[in-house]
Amino acid sequence: MSKENRNHVLQSEVIETRIDLSLSDLCEVCSVTSERIVRLVDEGLVEPVGREPAEWRFSGRSVKRVVVAERLSRDLRLNAAGAALVLDLLDEVKQLRQRLIRLEEIDES
Amino acid sequence: MGVERDATQDEIKRAYRKLARKYHPDVSKESDAEQRFKEVGEAYAVLKDPEKRTAYDQLGADWKTGQDFRPPPNWDQGFEFHGGDSARGSDQDFSDFFETLFGQGDFRGGFTRADHGRFTARGEDTYAKIVVDLQDSYLGATRSITLKHTEIGADGRPAVRNRTLSVKIPKGVRSGQHIRLTKQGSAGAGGGESGDLFLEIAFRPHPNFHVEGKDVYLNLRVAPWEAELGASVKTSTPTGDVDLTIPPHSKAGRKLRLKGRGLPGKNPGDFYAVLQIALPRAETDAQKSAYRDFASSFDFDPRRDQEA
Repeated sequence: MSKENRNHVLQSEVIETRIDLSLSDLCEVCSVTSERIVRLVDEGLVEPVGREPAEWRFSGRSVKRVVVAERLSRDLRLNAAGAALVLDLLDEVKQLRQRLIRLEEIDES
Repeated sequence: MGVERDATQDEIKRAYRKLARKYHPDVSKESDAEQRFKEVGEAYAVLKDPEKRTAYDQLGADWKTGQDFRPPPNWDQGFEFHGGDSARGSDQDFSDFFETLFGQGDFRGGFTRADHGRFTARGEDTYAKIVVDLQDSYLGATRSITLKHTEIGADGRPAVRNRTLSVKIPKGVRSGQHIRLTKQGSAGAGGGESGDLFLEIAFRPHPNFHVEGKDVYLNLRVAPWEAELGASVKTSTPTGDVDLTIPPHSKAGRKLRLKGRGLPGKNPGDFYAVLQIALPRAETDAQKSAYRDFASSFDFDPRRDQEA
């Protein structure tokens, strides 16, 4: 496949900005059961658009949150609420680190 | 794992839990967290099993040499790998894990999808991280990327191969987001479709611009008189230079916003110039005298609010 690729520009799409995953799509992509996803939605770990599970649409960003939550649950034995808390704190830490890098540059100059 | 040879099973379990939290690749900021996490898991898999632990104790530290390698920092950058799993949990058989990773190739994706009675299997999705310039997100770009991946060679040994892809970087993409290249993952089996390739985007650090989410910041250095009297200063932005108006009586740290000039998108980010006041250095007598005149022109005590 590589020869063709060198000359051909591959089209790409950003998965985080899409909002078109159904419950079964998300289950397949993340290799988890729908019961598990319902549990994570109950904790607010992922927030679908739509009222009923059959109407739920998840954003691409949900994929990473579910996958990381599953790893945290398994490796560190967290429950869904604990994993949701860790994910939110990780987002905050990431924002604070970015801000710190910017502010440290002011100190150095 | 840093436990004594005579540690109790409970002590080993506690040491493992602590290290697992410290080095979990989703949580840790250590550059070699993924490797350390695997090592800790391997060590625990041995130590929690009394029989294996006895064998380890007899062989001593020599058992470890040869498998204790340290990857360079950012070893996973530009390296294509299979599956999202950083490591298996403590209850998994780690020998099986290593065989999967280094010996046989990983057919996990094939199994999960082939279980529905089909004879074809979709290839696995693969992942890699790539670094792009901030300007690539502003303008959209086509970038040539080289990915290393492991293939089983004709002699049955895994070998590292390179492949170069020409990839469209979507306008407005942000750090930490993933782009999907359809059917560029592992080849399928039995005529099944290839998997997809997911690339995680990171921005190459820029000497002037700092990205926070979709907003972009510049620390803009201005002279004291520009900050106090107001001025129009030429300011660089990722899309080119602009003339920025500094309002009079501006203080250090003041943020001047250029709305919608952050990363593009449906809801574009903003660009912020954060003022920093740069002081001219007094070298000559005339310059020193100018500072003294400056001082005598004001009744100014910068520490007025800090007095005890």
